[in-house]
Amino acid sequence: MSADAKKVLTSPILDNNPIALQILGVCSALAVTSSMVNAAVMTIAVVVVTAFSSLFISIIRNHIPSSVRIIVQMAIIASLVIVVDQVLKAFSYQLSKELSVYIGLIITNCIVMGRAEAFAMKETPMLSFMDGIGNGLGYGFILLVVATVRELFGFGTLFGIEILPLVQNDGWYQANGLLVLPFSSFFIIGLLIWAIRQKKPEQVEKD
Amino acid sequence: MEHYLSLFVKTIFIENMALSFFLGMCTFLAVSKKISTAIGLGVAVVVVLGIAVPANQVIYQGILAPGALDGLLGVTDPAESIDLSFLSFITFIGVIAALVQILEMVLDKYFPPLYNALGIFLPLITVNCAIFGGVSFMVARNYTLGESVVYGVGSGVGWMLAIVLMAGLREKMKYSDVPAGLKGLGITFITAGLMAFGFLSFGGISL
Repeated sequence: MSADAKKVLTSPILDNNPIALQILGVCSALAVTSSMVNAAVMTIAVVVVTAFSSLFISIIRNHIPSSVRIIVQMAIIASLVIVVDQVLKAFSYQLSKELSVYIGLIITNCIVMGRAEAFAMKETPMLSFMDGIGNGLGYGFILLVVATVRELFGFGTLFGIEILPLVQNDGWYQANGLLVLPFSSFFIIGLLIWAIRQKKPEQVEKD
Repeated sequence: MEHYLSLFVKTIFIENMALSFFLGMCTFLAVSKKISTAIGLGVAVVVVLGIAVPANQVIYQGILAPGALDGLLGVTDPAESIDLSFLSFITFIGVIAALVQILEMVLDKYFPPLYNALGIFLPLITVNCAIFGGVSFMVARNYTLGESVVYGVGSGVGWMLAIVLMAGLREKMKYSDVPAGLKGLGITFITAGLMAFGFLSFGGISL
């Protein structure tokens, strides 16, 4: 893999994270992180959609008139999300019920649109594909960290497997009910941003 | 009448778009620096949600819902019943994008002051997940046309309330001493978390 592609692939994970720095795709990050399974499925779905939408948009970028580009991008993204949604419904109906409207909301997830507009409209198809995967993974990174904290300390499990035995099941761990509630992810993401910026001071915002 | 009123209050407070479902978070966090811009965006969201939810309700129930086209095309055998609901995502996003475009033109022609005030926010709204989320919830909950009007306007007002409150807090926050790494996005996340915590207290009210 060339150095360029590698950089495009890895930089969105910490250096230029879509959630922590670009404020993109926050909605679903908050709502689907109550369990690792949901977060992992959501990550895969977003990686697939972002990567392929960037690829396709980049392939036809020279043929899209700029006045209707948003509609064209939307059509491509929406078609990909329909595919993901139908696949999920066919193979894992329970999960698709749990994720409810949030799979559909990948269409309006600004990461997909943002990368299409900012990267895929200018760069070559392969590089855009890598950029899509990278940004999907950067999004997934935050999602999985938040989900780990919430599931481990909220339910004492990871991927449904018991790690900290709960008091109710004759264990010793008293579950933290706050982390079960959706808004706890606000605090976790806030603190995560703080942690990332302590490590990378160049991301600190001026007032 | 009572039913509509309780639905209206419920969508504003108990099921607040921004603080209970975390929809429209990207714009909620990015455009809440000043109260005046927050109000402008809020009004635009109310208008678009108020039109887009009922419009999509008509289209979904009239064309896309399973069996909706049967009467028109003379299908009597249930096995051949036409189900276009898999097209719903792409239709909704198309309708929303078209509505925003039309609204923009109408405002430009007949209400120039409002058009100038809303400025760049109108096109931004197409990718605001609050709109798409509102439409998806309307479908998931099978609202009637009347209910969907109330739901659309109510959820828009709820979202506007949340972003204006947020902007008010952020204006005050300029004078507080926030740790460097938390400045900007980090503290905004934590503030939003505390606001969501507060809105949770409405959850106990049954209407």
